[in-house]
Amino acid sequence: MKESIALMWRRLPERYKLIGSACENCKTHYFPPRSICPKCRRKGKISRFEYSGEGKVYSFTEISAGPIGFEHQTPYVIAIIELAEGAKCLGQIVDARLADVKIGDPVEGTFRKIQSDDPEGPIHYGFKFRLKK
Amino acid sequence: MQGRKVAIIGVGMTTFGEHWDRGFRDLVVEAGLRAIQDAKLTGEEISAGYVGTMASGALVGQEHAGALIADYMGLNPIPVTRVEGACASGSLALRQGVMAIASGLHDIVVVGGVEKMTDLDTAAVSEILGGAGDQEWELFMGATFPGLYAMMARRHMHEYGTTKEMLSAVSVKNHWNGARNKYAQFQKEITMEDAMTAKMVADPLGLMDCSPITDGAAAVILAPIEKAASYTKKPVEIVASEQASGTLALHSRKSLTSIEAAKIAGAKAYKTAGLTPKDIDVAEVHDCFTIAEIIATEDLGFFKPGESGPAALAGKTRFDAEIAINTSGGLKAAGHPVGATGIKQACEIAWQLRGEGEGTQVKDAKIGLTHNVGGSGATAVVHIYKQGW
Repeated sequence: MKESIALMWRRLPERYKLIGSACENCKTHYFPPRSICPKCRRKGKISRFEYSGEGKVYSFTEISAGPIGFEHQTPYVIAIIELAEGAKCLGQIVDARLADVKIGDPVEGTFRKIQSDDPEGPIHYGFKFRLKK
Repeated sequence: MQGRKVAIIGVGMTTFGEHWDRGFRDLVVEAGLRAIQDAKLTGEEISAGYVGTMASGALVGQEHAGALIADYMGLNPIPVTRVEGACASGSLALRQGVMAIASGLHDIVVVGGVEKMTDLDTAAVSEILGGAGDQEWELFMGATFPGLYAMMARRHMHEYGTTKEMLSAVSVKNHWNGARNKYAQFQKEITMEDAMTAKMVADPLGLMDCSPITDGAAAVILAPIEKAASYTKKPVEIVASEQASGTLALHSRKSLTSIEAAKIAGAKAYKTAGLTPKDIDVAEVHDCFTIAEIIATEDLGFFKPGESGPAALAGKTRFDAEIAINTSGGLKAAGHPVGATGIKQACEIAWQLRGEGEGTQVKDAKIGLTHNVGGSGATAVVHIYKQGW
């Protein structure tokens, strides 16, 4: 989907700095941010939380048929990462092919170009992950 | 189930496939008319309609599908309402129809599902289907639907030792069934080798693990059971209609080896119907990918977690074995016109219970189930059916 400048701009904190949220009542962490804690609902107290980018591979795959905007990166590895602080998120694993990755591998966050969905439009940047040596 | 008892009195569908010569409205009208004919209605008896379509706006530029269908089905001025829940849109529409009759608000209701997908190229369709997931946090990051289900598959393999061979067995069985279904997109058997060696889409899922892009429509006619006998000798009673929601994004789930919403909808449906998984003779489950059928048959209690893969490999889900799964060929072989799938599942179960299952007729099938999932599991709908005569 071609993202408007406004859509891109309002997601910058989350995409650039891995800002999510945490509930001070039940100590659950969320990514992306939520304004209501699904566990505590009205008793919850949600605050902004910045993740370190450290985590472990929970599951992964290599995309051989990439979507629009990812043609030049295909094939590439995506993974669900269990962030060290608690929540899970989805992102690419850079500088790796399928055979390099295992469930449980430690990763760290890195800042990269995500995609360009329109030659005339903005280039989208954000977090990805790389395997820790 | 609370309220009035509801039965299916007629079913109908188009063939599923690439219908270059027919548009959105042509497909849905054909399916609707076949169902009306099957129920031996004139059309005047119908007092409301519901239609499931996931993405008619994005796929063919047509919103306001309810009004279009009322108009072209010749049903004006009755109310026709569109509902959307991604790939579960069809079952959501069915559930609206059931509620409308159970509540006493309407008597004879037509329910349809439709998707016209081949007017765009594959990349564009994939992007639109991606909208069933979390656009900003899955698709934006480079995930695709095969990619999401591939991560479920890898985790299932990691936790339970499920193998690619077990996934392939699902595909081979569904193609065998599809080869015996005159409505199916792929009426062709495949071998284990075809499935195992097919081009990789998102490892471990290859092309033969993925359901296709399809045009098609399906429709059913519902009536209160006490009026059903005046239209058909074989009404199919809907004894449970349950729906549950889960997180939109896959990464927000506790587990990737089960779809929590489907487990909840299934458990509620069994409770409502007063039945257990052992009572089910035939089930249509949402095999958008082969791993989805493995997970579905565990979530619905047909097999314990981790035992569905070996069961598929051992042939326990064939039409003539322990529990008949996807006698239509499932989404894999019959095709997956997204909004139509839930209604196609209901049509297949109605045919099975009426003894019209043709090449995959399950012997003495008395109780059936449909399981329809939206996205990677954020919406799940389970219906249970039994012979109403």
